[in-house]
Amino acid sequence: MAILAGKKVIIVGDRDGIPGPAIAECAISAGAEVAFATTECFV
Amino acid sequence: MDLQNQARIKEITEEAGGENIVVLLGAAEPDSASIAAETVTMGDPTYAGSLAGVPLGLKVYHIVEPEIKEEIDPAVYEEQVAMMEMVLDIESLAAEVSKMRQEGSTF
Repeated sequence: MAILAGKKVIIVGDRDGIPGPAIAECAISAGAEVAFATTECFV
Repeated sequence: MDLQNQARIKEITEEAGGENIVVLLGAAEPDSASIAAETVTMGDPTYAGSLAGVPLGLKVYHIVEPEIKEEIDPAVYEEQVAMMEMVLDIESLAAEVSKMRQEGSTF
């Protein structure tokens, strides 16, 4: 069963890793709806 | 995890229902991925934010985990993630997040 398709995703990206908008593009391509996306700075 | 983000995540989960939500992480370091994953499953381990003592039990993955990667359009993944994937410790990131998911995810 698909993990992302039809789900609402909460995205916590990382400025030094994968940022929120990049993850959002990926999630949308998998059929998910972005409920919230942010990019944190963990340093 | 950022305190405002914790509050927002709690709010969205209450509105949408935890069973309908998947959290995706992009953390560069396994330690920060682990803390973020723990925060959305068992609660904020630093006891600083609104998720302190609040076990949301959400399903959480790192964007580079194989089961997530295979659901993403390969062209989009290549454009958005592939470059960083080369410098990240994929195995450790996946191990930390999946450990928290197994221990704390209730969905």
